Amino acid sequence: MKLREIVELLDAQVLCGDDMDLEIQTACGTDMMSDALAFIEDQGMLLTGLINPQSVRTAEMLDMRCICFVRGKVPGDDVVELARQRGIAVLTTRYRMFSACGKLYQAGLRGGDC
Amino acid sequence: MSSSSVQPIVQLYEVPGNDFTRAGEASSKVKGILKKLGYDPDAIRRVSIAMYEGEINMVIHANGGIARVEIFPDRVEILLSDQGPGIADVEKAMEEGYSTAPDEVRALGFGAGMGLPNMKKCCDEFRIDTAIGKGTDVYMIIRVRGSKS
Repeated sequence: MKLREIVELLDAQVLCGDDMDLEIQTACGTDMMSDALAFIEDQGMLLTGLINPQSVRTAEMLDMRCICFVRGKVPGDDVVELARQRGIAVLTTRYRMFSACGKLYQAGLRGGDC
Repeated sequence: MSSSSVQPIVQLYEVPGNDFTRAGEASSKVKGILKKLGYDPDAIRRVSIAMYEGEINMVIHANGGIARVEIFPDRVEILLSDQGPGIADVEKAMEEGYSTAPDEVRALGFGAGMGLPNMKKCCDEFRIDTAIGKGTDVYMIIRVRGSKS
């Protein structure tokens, strides 16, 4: 699924990231970075409500290409800048975690574990 | 090629204590170096995750510390050394889900009790030397299983 479609499905605001043709194959949703680091393999996108720099660091360590902050959360400029430096696209959506994940799943994006 | 005669690339980082926002900077730098050197992506990923979790632990539990990273052609050796309170029960600390981290750490996305077990999972060799009131050394070796092994 292209980033463009994800932005449309989530009615998301793009905080950084220029390549709307970026292909995202799988996604995961969690507020616990510990769990992301322990259980997640080869996911392209992280949905989270955690807006501190560690969300970007975690995505970086896991080679993720996109972070979407849920529940209308907007991170500080420093967090967005860190993501920009690492080539990670950043979105924010007003939808809550369950709804945001559900919309993407319904449109064909998978978690990689089923 | 025998790696025993090869001089490693040695990197030394200070992991600042009580500055959660900077945790992960050292891991990020190591990841960048390994990428530039063309290491196997699986090895880079395991090094990144293990070292990042270790950095987080040092910030949360030990007021920071030192990370020494030695990069060999066939492996990466990491020593995380702190002068924190030490780990009272290492066996317990290695159990998934066991955590002594305070609630405010969980609010930051960590402290689920997955750090040490996940670090071990990423490593080919993993050892903890700890002394109460003196500090903890975590020693990790990640071998390159891909084309460079």
